[in-house]
Formats: sequence, structure tokens, C-alpha cells
Amino acid sequence: MARYVVSRLLVAAVMVLLATLVIFLIANAVPGDPVLTQLGDVAANNPAIVAAYRHKWGLDLPLWDRYWIFLTGLLHGDLGVSISSQRPVLEDIAQYAPATVELSTAAFLLSLLVGLPLGVIAAVKRDSWVDHLARGVSLIGVSSPTFWLAFIMLAVFYGWLGWAPGPGQISADQFPPPAVTGFMLIDAPLAGQWDTFWDALGHLVLPAVVLAAATLGLITRTTRAAMLETLLQDYIRVARAKGLWPRAIMLGHALPNALLPVVTLGGLAYAQLLTGTVLTETIFSWPGLGRYTFQSAVILDFPAIMGITLVVAVVYVVVNLLIDISYALLDPRVMRR
Amino acid sequence: MEVALAAAGLETGLAARRRRWARRYGLAAAGGAVILTWALLATFAPWVTPYKPDVVNVAGRLAGPSAAHWLGTDELGRDVLTRVIYGARTSLAVGFVVVLLGGAFGTLLGAVAAYARGWLEEVLMRATDLMFCFPPIILAMAIAAALGIGTANTVIAMLVVWWPKFARLSRSLVVGQRNQEYVIAAQTIGFGPLHILGRQIVPNALGPLIVLLTLDLGNAILVFAGLSFLGLGVVPPTPEWGSMVSEGRELVSQWWVATFPGIAILTVVMGFNFVGDGLRDWLDPHARRR
Repeated sequence: MARYVVSRLLVAAVMVLLATLVIFLIANAVPGDPVLTQLGDVAANNPAIVAAYRHKWGLDLPLWDRYWIFLTGLLHGDLGVSISSQRPVLEDIAQYAPATVELSTAAFLLSLLVGLPLGVIAAVKRDSWVDHLARGVSLIGVSSPTFWLAFIMLAVFYGWLGWAPGPGQISADQFPPPAVTGFMLIDAPLAGQWDTFWDALGHLVLPAVVLAAATLGLITRTTRAAMLETLLQDYIRVARAKGLWPRAIMLGHALPNALLPVVTLGGLAYAQLLTGTVLTETIFSWPGLGRYTFQSAVILDFPAIMGITLVVAVVYVVVNLLIDISYALLDPRVMRR
Repeated sequence: MEVALAAAGLETGLAARRRRWARRYGLAAAGGAVILTWALLATFAPWVTPYKPDVVNVAGRLAGPSAAHWLGTDELGRDVLTRVIYGARTSLAVGFVVVLLGGAFGTLLGAVAAYARGWLEEVLMRATDLMFCFPPIILAMAIAAALGIGTANTVIAMLVVWWPKFARLSRSLVVGQRNQEYVIAAQTIGFGPLHILGRQIVPNALGPLIVLLTLDLGNAILVFAGLSFLGLGVVPPTPEWGSMVSEGRELVSQWWVATFPGIAILTVVMGFNFVGDGLRDWLDPHARRR
């Protein structure tokens, strides 16, 4: 097992490295010029200023030299300096990541808590109203555009009913707690600011629901299909024949076996949530990585984009590794092979 | 047939047969009808719309749904219904272009990799794995921003990230076929590799590819609308669903501006999902039971 994990990690490291090379090449192959998007019109027309700017950011060096600088910096834990914020990219990412982790974890838990039971009940009571409800929910979740769902939610629950707070992570009248972990929901209680905690929790609800919609649909659908498949197996028939409680059959025999595809999908879905928050964060003014990504992409802030790519690639690699390990835990046969 | 069905406890007769067909393919047919309707509306947009999509009428701006403007007017007094119908042109065209071109490239790459085997397969498939490290929307966003705003550039950006899933699927399909007897027979007869791949293997592996293509059309439309919403899609006066939602996102009391283009996206994506699921059931009798 240890050897398996180590070899997987080595392959993963090579993949991450190649991923940075790909984004580096793409960033340099496209015609857009970060200098021109950064400098104003007047400055951009002055060759001396443009040259000085290029020199300052190393944009006058040959391509491979620049990639080499990026790589050596990477080994020292240095991702370079963001062109727009003028701060180290690593600092930017460390500042924005907790908000995204908080949001996507909330969305993931929500889709598991609703999707798993819904999928199981839909499979057990096939063609009942629960089944139709589950299929409807998953279909709408998968098919509706995130940004539109966000608008509808904000319009109904914030604008019209006034039940939910507006965009942002906390209300304007709340002071952010001193950053210890960076997570709002942990830092606020640590500082004894329970008002801020409840306020932040309220702000989390709408974006988490919007972000969860698509994942919820996928999880419900996969759980239902996997359960239906499992319920046709011989050992379920045996369990029924020997007179086991239906509930014991469902929870003890069928569910653990139906869970494998759900784990794979769930893991990938979590990775997608962590990296797929661009639209949701932009609409809800959520101070996370998604909004940072969007802002960096629009102004061609290459150091920032490279840093985010690296983070995203690492997230995917780690999640894939965790999926494989949990496979081994859920299905002892994987381990023996 | 009738006897067997009756013995299995199934109803026979025309009405029952219709009911069975409706249960199995009703949703797919409904989805197909929705898509056909949108395709027709898009094609004949100038004749079926009551107004021009970009005629500004500031005096009648932000008017609610009425007999004159069924879906109301937007911030510049343009008719929302007209713009929604014209918007179908962009969304459907982009969806088909991205999925067909990306699908064709990915399928070809995966098929060649699987058929070539050896180092070429390794290189091509590791390159495909590499593309999976990037969530499509982030990479597409960076490329679209770098290329500049415009429908063609956004389509290029989407194509760059679109092919890998097709490469993976087509490789696994061809791997499943390449040792089948009919392939060996074709090799024995002396057909060349291109003929075998194009005329023998691909047609036999086409089913799952068509299902993925159909389901993916909805996905492509969603991603393009998302990029458009962020301002990385069409150039402003062009009617497009994602950018229309974006224009109306601050207008909570004038809800019709953002709501209807969103419903348009929802119906089209649902339509493609229904048709894709129906195709899968039809092509794969095993999945039908579920």
C-alpha cells in the first residue's frame, strides 16, 4: 500500500509539473499582452515605459529562461508576484482559499445529505412519487445554469422574501474576526464573535445551495442507478429469502456495495466544486479563489493564473489519490490485488 | 411475441403498446420536440419575431410582460422575446460547433492511440490525462480572455479543453473492439489500418459516442452561456442567453429581463439530456432496466 501511494505521488508530481508547462506555453502562445492590459493608454504608447515594465516583470527574457525561473522559484515555495495585486501569488492564494474551501465543503455536504438518501429511496421505491421527485430534482439540478439559479435565488430569497442576506461573506456591519485559520466559521467563534458566526452562516446558505445544485443532481442519479443495479444481485435475493428485515438488507447489504461508484463520483465532484466556484463566487461577491481566478484571467495576470493552475492540479491529484485509497477501504478485494 | 408478453404478465394490444412506448421513449420524444422547436425558431427568427433584436426604445424600457411585449422589455427597451429567440441561434450554433469539432478531434485521437498501441498510445493518452488536470472553465476563461472577446475566440477556447473526454471514451471503445474477430478478419483480408479504423471499428463503436455527443451538447451550451455571462462570450449588442442574464442580474424587480433567457437555457439543456438518455436506453438494452 505504501509503495503504491509513493509511486502514485511521483507520477502525480510529474503530471503537475507538465500541467504548469502546458499553461505556461498556452499563456505565451496567445496574442494577448499583459503589459498593454496593465498600463494605461498613454503609458502603453511610450516605448520606454513599456520596455521598463517588461524588464521589471522579466517579460523581456527568453521563454525557457522564464519557465526556469518559475521552476526554481517553485522549489523554494515561491510562486512569483501577481501583476495586479503586486503581492506574492502564494499569499493571495492563501488568503482566498479558505473562503472557497468553506463554500464548496458546505455545498458538498449539502448534496451528500440530500442526494444519498434521495437516491436510495428512489431506487427502493422505484416509480413511486419519491422516484419521480428524485429524477426531477436531479434533472433540474444538472440542467440549470449556475449563474441563472443564483439570480433566481437572490431575487426570491433576498430581494423579494427578505429571508436571506445579500451577496458577500458577512454583513457590512460585522467586523471580520482576526485571521487565525482563515476560515470565517472557525475564526469567528475563536474570537468569541458569535454574532459574526451566525451572520456568516446565513450568508453561506444561498451560494452553497446554488453551488450544490449540479452536484446534488449527479449524486442522486448515480446513487439511484447503483442501488438499482445492486438490488438485482443474487446475494440480495438470498438475504430476502432468508427473511432479513428489508431495512437491514438495504443498509447492511445493498448500500455498502452500491457506494463504490458514488465514492468515485463524489470525490471528483468535490474537486469540481473546489475549482468550479468561479460563477457562484462572482455573483455572490464571495472573496474566494474563484473570483480571484476570474479577475486574474481577465487582466492576463500570468503569475496568478500559473499559481491557480498549480493549486487546481494538486487538488485533482490529491482527490484522485484519496478516491483510490477509499476504494481500498470500502472494497477489501482492491487491497489484495 | 404476444403470447410471450402475455405470459410475462405484460399487457398486449395497441393501447398498452403505446403506453409502454410512451414510458420508455416519451421523455426522449418530448426533449426532441423541444430542441426541434428551438431549432425552427432560431432558423426562422426574422419571420417569427415581432420586433428587431437590437432596436432600442428608451421610452418603453423595462416594461413588464404585456400583450405588446409578451416577455417584457430590457434596459434599452428591446423586446425580450425577440432577443431570446435570436439568442437560440448563437447558443445552438456554438453548442453544435464545439461538440462536433471537439468530439471529432478527440474521437480520432483516441481511436488512433488505441489502434496504434505502443509508444504512440502512451504519449497521446498521457497528453489527454494532462488536459484533465485543468477544469475546463478556468482554462477556457484564460484562453478566451487572452484571445479577446468574441464568439469565435470563445469557441476556440472551448475547443482547446473539449476534446479529452472524447479521446478517453473512443480509446476505451476501440480497445474493446480491436481484438474482435471481424477486425482480425479484415486484417487477414488485407485492408489497411485506416480502412479498418474508419470503416470497420468506428461504426461499431459509434453508439456510446453518439450518446456522449448528445448529452454534451447541453453541457457545451451551459459552459458557453457561463463564459458569456462573465463577459467572455459574445460582443454586447449580440443577443445571447448568458449575456442577457448578466444584463438583468441587478434588476430584481424587473425579473423578466434575466429570468426568461435562463429558462430558455434550461429547456434546451433538459431537451438534450432527455434525448441523450433516450438514445442510451435504445442503444444499450442493459441500461434500459434501470
